[in-house]
Parts: sequence; structure tokens; C-alpha cells
Amino acid sequence: MTQPAASTPVVEATGVTKRYGATLALDDAGITIQPGHTHALVGRNGAGKSTLVSILTGLQRADAGELRFAGRPAPPPADRDGWRRIAACVYQKSTIIPTLSVAENLFLNRQSGAGPIGWRSLRAKARDLLAAYEVDVNPEWLAGELTVEQRQRVEIARALSLGAQFVILDEPTAQLEAKAIERLFTSMRQLRRTGVTFLFISHHLQEVFDVCDVVTVFRDARHVLTTPVADITPNALVEAMTGESVAESATHQQRAVAEDAEVVLAAGGLSVAGEYADVDLAVRAGEVVGVAGVGGSGKVALAETLVGLRPQTAGTVDVCGRRTAPGDVASALRAGLGFVPQDRHQQGLVPLLSVAENATLTVTDRLGRGGFISPRRRRATAWQAIDDLAIKTDGPEQPVAGLSGGNAQKVVMARALANQPRALVLISPTVGVDVRSRESLLGVVDTVAEQGTGVLVVSDEIDDLRVCDRVVVLLHGRVHAELPAGWTENQLVAAMEGIES
Amino acid sequence: MSALRSDVAVEPAARVRRPVPRLARLRDFTLIPVIIALGVVGTLVDPSVFLSSDNLVNVLQQQTELSLLVLAESVILISGKFDLSLESTVGLAPAVAMVLILPKSANGIGTMWPMWTAVPVCLLVGALIGAFNGLMILKFRLSAFIVTLGMLITLRGVQNGVTGGNSLSTVPPAFLYLGSKVWLGMPVSVWICALAFVIGIIVLGYFRHGRSVYAIGGNLDAARAAGIRTNRVVWVVLIVGGMLAAFGGLLATGRLGADQASQGSGWIFTVFAACVIGGISLDGGKGTLFGALCGVVALGLINNILTLAGVSANWINAIYGVIILAALVLSRITSGKAQD
Repeated sequence: MTQPAASTPVVEATGVTKRYGATLALDDAGITIQPGHTHALVGRNGAGKSTLVSILTGLQRADAGELRFAGRPAPPPADRDGWRRIAACVYQKSTIIPTLSVAENLFLNRQSGAGPIGWRSLRAKARDLLAAYEVDVNPEWLAGELTVEQRQRVEIARALSLGAQFVILDEPTAQLEAKAIERLFTSMRQLRRTGVTFLFISHHLQEVFDVCDVVTVFRDARHVLTTPVADITPNALVEAMTGESVAESATHQQRAVAEDAEVVLAAGGLSVAGEYADVDLAVRAGEVVGVAGVGGSGKVALAETLVGLRPQTAGTVDVCGRRTAPGDVASALRAGLGFVPQDRHQQGLVPLLSVAENATLTVTDRLGRGGFISPRRRRATAWQAIDDLAIKTDGPEQPVAGLSGGNAQKVVMARALANQPRALVLISPTVGVDVRSRESLLGVVDTVAEQGTGVLVVSDEIDDLRVCDRVVVLLHGRVHAELPAGWTENQLVAAMEGIES
Repeated sequence: MSALRSDVAVEPAARVRRPVPRLARLRDFTLIPVIIALGVVGTLVDPSVFLSSDNLVNVLQQQTELSLLVLAESVILISGKFDLSLESTVGLAPAVAMVLILPKSANGIGTMWPMWTAVPVCLLVGALIGAFNGLMILKFRLSAFIVTLGMLITLRGVQNGVTGGNSLSTVPPAFLYLGSKVWLGMPVSVWICALAFVIGIIVLGYFRHGRSVYAIGGNLDAARAAGIRTNRVVWVVLIVGGMLAAFGGLLATGRLGADQASQGSGWIFTVFAACVIGGISLDGGKGTLFGALCGVVALGLINNILTLAGVSANWINAIYGVIILAALVLSRITSGKAQD
């Protein structure tokens, strides 16, 4: 793909190779970004996107290859200020210091010259800076108290205030709700008009079409293609990412759920003060029910109450006809429930333990008698899970910390399924998961439903909800609508936003 | 709410929030009521002695050495590291300075260095210990906890080896002066500690390098990405910490007129208690030196009151420990946040 040679590219990386031990993270890859463009970088987990980002921001050095910024060679690795003036990055992992104020975070390590810090003038400077970029945040707040959206805005403002005209956004939308994403895109478009160049990384291809001019695809550590977004279809893009052709999104076949099928998961008048109130819900064996709602609708809190992660203030939860104790995960598991928690890093996995141990954490009693765990049985159980879910790993002994996002999530799913639950609750099961892993995770939902498990899927993703027979929509903590099988995307979005359709 | 991370809605109305820093600043003062309460208790226990200037000066002076260690440990904890070996530095640094000066007859090693070297050598030993800890922790990437635990044992052993397990009771005049001289009604050591805390508070509060200590403890990667030379800063913090501990040892030797083989032994627990009561987070990035200072003062008052109340020496440690726990609970309640 040749770019019009109208101006010097902001970034020109060629032949970049980076190796971590035995893994080749980037193999002769490159990217060319033109000034003023919003350039998307897509690829499956492990395609080399993160490595490229750390090379472009000077945090890692490429083993081979050339890197030029606006025609000039890259600064030496030790010159952090030099790098920060060229490229700024809003990482997935926050780069703010939670215990310091917003003002101080904005001017970190440049609060003053040699003399003492004038806190009053620093706050005033911060206020001006935030106002200039229309960030509605009080500079005196502790940065740790900001929402994800506010935190990102502060980081973008900080990046631009350093003089960088090139900003890398690494999966900025992964933790945002729809409205916040819209606001982010609006401000990206405004900044682009002032000449800011973006490199935008996302798993959501729709966003690439919404906000980007040019897209580059990486696959297996190599550059695959770069093309204007207008010249490519979503399916072609997925094909480039996966290297396989995708069938037009498979239409979902209806499951027949008997009217008299056993109710495996039921909520009666369930409430958590300040989150949601008076929710009744019943999931029958073999049925897949979705729970949707915008941020703040209480859907995650509802799911966490059902599995016992948080106690309800009123109401009851029954799993397979047995009442579970409020806020007690163990009693829910005993009654026959399995679940995938929202944040796999915080609640789902023990990163340093092996795939086998993580996958069998809930069923240790079945691996041996009297507290003894038979390594042989554990390995066998783990191999079974690895095969069933197509987890890409070196084997059951590999620590989960070394797995990609999609495969780590499969391990969490494997654990949820390990005790053969009659009821399965999935909270945002595909966040930060690439297209293929998402398909296989959702395939598992189909399979277990066929085997007679009742599944509750709580998610922001329309694609996750597609596997559901019916979808319950929460709005401001109350059940707003229930969409029977055959719902359309428009109906769902309208219901979530509280619009009468 | 924390579990709702991806769900946080930012409605414009929700943005109007309480001004957090003002609360955070208040957190520094959570110990003031405790100190006032202790003052009242002390007055009730023994009105004639407790409020006498002799007693109060005595309380302050007894806490000076400890407070220097608390100052050092606070900065180290804020930077996200750990140093247990400070208490052994308290004994070793003055011992090394003294054995180099003293004749063999007074348990020296016979090198007979001139008297003026006492203070600089003592501080240098502290600095070297801090630098060595830094080498192990930062260059060899060893756990700070284990490294400094090993150093705690090693340094105490070295002190015993060098002095033959004897206490050194021929103290250089410079030590005696700093440890027991009085200026304007206050011991020199109290003035020095006050000055050290004032400098510490100003540097940590108003200077870029001081703020970078908070940044490093709060989020190491972010600090590095902001161009802070994190290793260098932490290294300096550890070296300064070692020097403060050495200076604390110097003051103790001067006040007591001898450097005993066990000088400083067991202090580190009190130091940590004072830091945590004073609001310093063991996870790094949080807390102020003013808070830590309040922690030291509170512990000093408790100790003094127990002595005045005539608590049996056999029971004093048990009661002291319980009160430390109670103080922790109290500061947990007043600050309203989980301790970490």
C-alpha cells in the first residue's frame, strides 16, 4: 500500500523485529502514520500490537529495524523527555498515580524548576490545561477517585500538554460505556481538526469504522495490510485479522425450552440498596437469558448478588430450588452454580498458579479425598478443559500469567464449568477478548445450554447477547423491558437507552 | 462500587463531588485528638509530674532517636520499599566510629583515628549500609523485606564481632555534646530532630524530587514513564535513611554515655507502629511526615504515662502493645479507610 507522499509521516517504522526469549513478538513489521490521520491498529491478542506500542513510546528497544519520527531518527532510549515530546500514550493500564491529585499528575516530574513547588500556581495551571482540553475534572481531586473516562481524559490532556502531537490510545474503549465512548470519539475528532495524529487500538471493529481514517492489521507478529478504512469491509477486516474467511454472522438458531423445565436460577424481589431494586428473574434449564443495561443500570451488581459476591439488602436467590445464603459464594457453588466474574484479573485468576490449578480451584474436593489433591487427576481434568475450550497453552503447568486475554478468559470459563453447574452466570465474558476467542467462548454457551444448563449472560456487548433466547433490560436499577426471542439490535439499544420504540 | 468499574456512569450531575484533598489533609490531623486525649490522661494520672517541663522535655528527648528512624522509615515506605535493618544501623554505625578512635584498652581496635572523625565516620557507615541495601534491592532485584531482614541480623553480628560483645563507654565528646547538651531549654537532639522533620516535610511537600518519592510508591511504572529516574531516587532515599538511622544511634550513644551491644535492638517494631499509626501506607505512595511525627509523639506519651502510672515493668510491654493496637483501630475509625 503506498501512501500519498504529501507530507513526512509522523511515524515511520520499518523492519521492526522484537524477540522476548523464545517468542517472536514482532517479525519484520512496520507501520507508517500520516500526520492528521486517525490510524487504527487491529489484530488478535498476541499479534504484536502492545509490543509495537512500547517500541513507539521508547519503553522497549527493537532488536532490529528503523524508527523515524517526522523524518528524524528516534531519540536515545534514556531520553524520556525526548520520547514524551514525540509520542504520548494512554495505556490500558493507568499511568496516573492514584494517591496524588489530578493537578500533580498532570505536571508529574515537572511541577517546578529547581525551586520549591508553588501549589497554588500549579493548581491554576492544571485548571487552565483541563479547561483548554474541555476536561470536566477538578484538579484538586485525587486521581485515584476518577472514573475510567475522566482518567483517560486527564491522561490525554497531559500527553498533549507535553507538546506531543501524536497520541497512542491503547484500547481506550474497553472499559467505557457507550455514551462515554461517544464523548471520547467527539473529542478525538475535535483534536484531529487541530492537527493531532492518533494511533487507535481496539478490539471493536465498529469503532475503527466510526472514527478512523486508515487501518493497519497485524497478525502473528507481522504486518498484514494497511488501507484506508473506506476501502475495506468489516468482513474483509476480520479475514485479515484471522487469516481465515468468516461466514456471514451466523444466525442464531432457536432453542426450544420446555415451559415446564426446571427453574435453575431464580431471583425473588431482589434488591441492593443504591444499585437496583425489586428484580424478579427466572432462568430455566437449557435456557440462555441475557441481562442488558447501560452503565449504572445495576446489571453487574445484580449478577454479583446472584452468585454471592455481594449480599442483597432484600429478596431471595434460589439455585436449583435451594435458597443460597446472601453474600456467600460457597453456598451458591454448592447448590450447583458456576460463574465467570467481571474482572478476570481481580476476581478470576491467580496469575502465578498454573492453568491446571486455576481451572480446578472450585473442584478440589473432587480431585482426591480428605483435602489431598491428586496431581494426576488434576492434570487430567485440566487437559479435558484445554481440549473442550481450545485453550492455547503450553500445557496444564503453564502459569496463567503467560496466557493472552482470550485464553485466560477461557481458563476462567473452564473453572466455572468444572463442577458441571446447572446454572451458569457470565459477567461481561468477552471483555478484552479477540474475535476468535469470543466466538469459541460463546460457542461454549450454546453447548452447555444444549446439555441442560441454564445460562445468564450479563454484558454490554450486543454480540454476547445474540446467543440469548430472551433479554432482560435494566434501566436505573429496575427491570425496564423483557425482549422475547427474535429481538432486533435496534429494539435492544432502544430499550437500554430507555427510548420507547 | 469498586466492582462496577466498567459500569461507572459519568452523568454530569455525578461530577460534582466533595473536594477530596481537603479531606486528605484532614487525615494528617487524625492523631491530634488522640494526642490531646493522652495529655488529659497523663494529667489525671500524675498532675504534678506529667505537665512539668522536665517531664515533657524528657518525653521529647527520649523520642528523638526513634523519631529519626521513623522519619527514615516513613520516606522509605512512601517510596514503596522497606528497611528493617535501620535498627541495627543504630548500634553499628556509632560502634564503628568509636572502635576506630578508641585505644585497645577501651575495646577499640587500635587504629586510634583522630577524634574529629567520629561524626563523619558514623554517618558514612549509615550511608554505606543504605547504599548496600539499595544495591541488593535495586540492582539485584531482591525482595526488600528479606534483604533488610538479612542485613538486620548481619549488622548486629558485625557489631558484636567488632566490639567483642562489649559496650563502648568511652564516648567521643562530639557524641556527648549532640546527645546531651541543652540549647535554649531544649536538648540539642530535639532541635536537630525538629529541623530534620521540617526539612523532610518541605522536601516531600514542595520539591520535585520529594514528590517523585510519592509517585514512585504510588505507581512505579507511571513514575518511570514520566521520566523520573526511579532507581536513583529510591537509592538516595535508602542512603539518607541509613544516615538518619546512624545519626539516631549517635544521639542515643551520646545521651546514654555508651553504645551497648544491643543498642537499637527491637526498635524497628515501634518504628513501624509509629509509621502506620501516623497514616503511612505499607503499600507505598501514601502518608505524610507530619502524620508520622504525630505517631511518634503519641507513642512517647503512652510510654511516659505507663511509667508514671507505676505499671509493673513486667507488664509494661503487654500493655504498650495493646495500646498500639487500640491506636491503630482508632486511627482506622477516624480516617474511615481500610488500612493498607
